Amino acid sequence: MANKTEVNGHGGFPWKHLVGFVLSIVLTLFALWVALGTDLSLTWILIIIFGFAFLQAALQLLMFMHVTENSTNTKLTGRVQVGNILFAAFVAIVIVIGSVWVMTAGHAKHDKHDKPKTENRENHGGEHDSEEHGSH
Amino acid sequence: MAHAETHDPNTPLEYRSEVGRLNILGFWIFLGAEIALFATLFATYMVLTHRIADGPALGELFEVKSLLIQTFLLLTSSFTCGLAVHEMRRHNVKGLMLWMIITLGLGLGFLYFEIQEFLHFIHEGANIGTSAAWSGFFVLVGTHGAHVTFGIFWVTMVLIQVAKRGLTPATSAKVFITSLYWHFLDVVWIFIFTAVYLMGMVMHHG
Repeated sequence: MANKTEVNGHGGFPWKHLVGFVLSIVLTLFALWVALGTDLSLTWILIIIFGFAFLQAALQLLMFMHVTENSTNTKLTGRVQVGNILFAAFVAIVIVIGSVWVMTAGHAKHDKHDKPKTENRENHGGEHDSEEHGSH
Repeated sequence: MAHAETHDPNTPLEYRSEVGRLNILGFWIFLGAEIALFATLFATYMVLTHRIADGPALGELFEVKSLLIQTFLLLTSSFTCGLAVHEMRRHNVKGLMLWMIITLGLGLGFLYFEIQEFLHFIHEGANIGTSAAWSGFFVLVGTHGAHVTFGIFWVTMVLIQVAKRGLTPATSAKVFITSLYWHFLDVVWIFIFTAVYLMGMVMHHG
């Protein structure tokens, strides 16, 4: 009797959960150390900590939420669930990166800033700054 | 059960009724919509994160200690919630109840420290109207906190139902769905931890 639902429910010790938990702790602390304890460039810090975040999210989905689990004896629902979450992640990434790119890259040219990420904060008082302070 | 179905004896209770199966699948699709909801709040926050007007910078007020306490409370609660479902699948109602109550306690602890942190920020001169950046912060993190609050009530009610009716295909599907919701709160927190707190502190110090 193959374990068609891929549920490790009747076994004894919940190894999957424990491994997921320990790895999550390690990833959390390692991300904190990379962010605050190293001298890496901002770009590398962001790549690493966001890489860890997506990795940890995947761990939660696989180890705790059993996203690949099939509800029936078909392979269908596990795939629907995984596909749905991957599509949602795609939507999320497009929304976030798209918004940030449109709102910062465009403004940087408008305001003639070379480094918008570090210089913007002093120059912008609020959301309607472009008309009042647009000529910096 | 609507139909006389035959089941693999390994099939967990929550998947044995058609309603249970469809509700679980439907909840996964709901979580996809929740991801899109939080994505819009993250996008707003990240666009406005430098618009601090005359208020303090975000990274200026973030504290590692408070951040780690909240993170570990929620992460551990996600773990204990997983153990609760693990016990449910062994038909151990007491184990399910125990781990779920621990989960709720950790969730309450998380809320306590989050509220303390919000009060601290407000005390330091950063409230929801201080600047665009702080508005984005409080709306994003506050929406997550509201989800945790709702989750605590929801899990409590489902547990009351389990206590009254025992583990049936209906109640176990509800427990399983609340567990998905609870794990999802930790997934969102991972990104708040990274995109709000870590990035805020890196930008401020670096």
